[in-house]
Amino acid sequence: MSASSHNRYLVARRLSQVGILVLLWAGANAGVGVLVGDLTASELLGVLPLADPLAVLQILATGHLPATTALLGAAIVLLGWFLAGGRGFCAWVCPTNMVTDLARWTRRKLGLDGRRLKVGRGARFWILSLALLLSALWGVSAFEQISPIGIVHREAVFGPSLALLTVVLGLLALDLWVLRQGWCVSLCPLGAFWSLVGHRSLLRVAFTDDRCDRCGDCLPVCSQPHVIEFDAMAARGFVASGDCLNCGRCVEVCPRDAYHFGLRLSRPAVAEHTGEST
Amino acid sequence: MGGATSRRAFLTGVISPRSVALAAVGGLAWTYALDLPGARGAAPCRPPGALAEGDFLATCLRCGRCVQACPFGTLDLATPADDVVTGTPWFEPRDVPCFMCEDVPCAAACPSGALDGDVAIGDSRMGLAVLTDRENCLAYLGLRCEACYRACPVIGDAITLEYEVNEQTGRHARFLPEVHASACTGCGMCEHACVMEQPAIRVLPPGLARGSLGDHYRFEGFSRTITGRESLTPPLDGDIDRVLEAMDDLSGIEDP
Repeated sequence: MSASSHNRYLVARRLSQVGILVLLWAGANAGVGVLVGDLTASELLGVLPLADPLAVLQILATGHLPATTALLGAAIVLLGWFLAGGRGFCAWVCPTNMVTDLARWTRRKLGLDGRRLKVGRGARFWILSLALLLSALWGVSAFEQISPIGIVHREAVFGPSLALLTVVLGLLALDLWVLRQGWCVSLCPLGAFWSLVGHRSLLRVAFTDDRCDRCGDCLPVCSQPHVIEFDAMAARGFVASGDCLNCGRCVEVCPRDAYHFGLRLSRPAVAEHTGEST
Repeated sequence: MGGATSRRAFLTGVISPRSVALAAVGGLAWTYALDLPGARGAAPCRPPGALAEGDFLATCLRCGRCVQACPFGTLDLATPADDVVTGTPWFEPRDVPCFMCEDVPCAAACPSGALDGDVAIGDSRMGLAVLTDRENCLAYLGLRCEACYRACPVIGDAITLEYEVNEQTGRHARFLPEVHASACTGCGMCEHACVMEQPAIRVLPPGLARGSLGDHYRFEGFSRTITGRESLTPPLDGDIDRVLEAMDDLSGIEDP
């Protein structure tokens, strides 16, 4: 694994995040039928239905049974991210991630600490539970109704309003001055949902303990540094936490190639590398 | 976070009196933020085939497939600035009404079932046109306007013209538009066509436009057989059998 580029996953990730929005925009505004819909539900190439499993779960919580297309779409997306690593959605698809990454970058440039409030990572599981509970209580999809992610991708696809600016600036301000990485690490119920999926998912960042000299270069680039626990990773052979975004940043910055993409099945004893399959 | 121990540690860390209290308060605040639709059922014009507003809000994914499928650019997804639940599709008939496509592409595109893809466009009820301001309606003022009547895609059924002597002149007629809920789809062509600065006819959500009887009203006694006139309302669901039985019993009686 020669480090031909130290940013290859980062570039690929941005291409993926922006490319999906561009395709959705073209589907809505230019009659390009590759990907039509928005991030909550869409249709790929005119045949394959896709749907946000959490949105469908909220509909089910209200006691309504959505149509087969939505159920099938949610199952396909759920299976896809089960294979590709749960919160991979956050790193490779979610546009809000670009805002959070911009905040991280700005904070580093300005030397901001960004911590006024302390909110644990568990908060998002409360919010996830509340989303389902309130959906059941009031008969509306509680998170979809207020989701800033929804506002960002809907307005990127269907045309911006002041709400897009409000949400983006709001998330930036929250991140820079109130709660560091507030939305993606502590609050987002969709991220919490994908964390639960990622806890069992197949594609993981594998870790070769022999190569690691604990230099810690991976820590500052990781958006969820709590997932990097060297002892646990050495024992299991991969990053086990469902909070890992599979963004590949650690893979590309590690000077000793201790990280690579692999499958949960691979064990440290088995020294074979499954390569960089994505 | 691997074994059961760490999971327990994680859960006990997450579930504390503080977090429970915060979640309870947060849940209440969230409830207000949901801006639940009022009991009057005030809703905007929804695409054809939409479920009743409550079921629609629960089922709609806010994906915008209907918006993209509409060839006339009628539909929009609501932004937080609109007085409509954010992300849901709606239309403002005064700007762009529904053109009542026969194949209803918007409803056919819906993946969630919030819009019934099998709806026949004539059976859709996006709202109900109501002549909201007779005092300023040109037809009521004695002019022969007819704009709403002519614009109506269900002309003669959803809007009819009722003729009446114009008492003001004594020698002219007034041609008064009248909306019939049995045929009006709420497409909004009439509201769009109204020539006034502000329309005198508007599409209202069914929940606002219509009155409703108490369940205890029974109208068998006013059926045609007895009174010789059309009944004031059709019999309520489930009562039709009783009405038919009653009519059988009365079959010996001659119509007056």
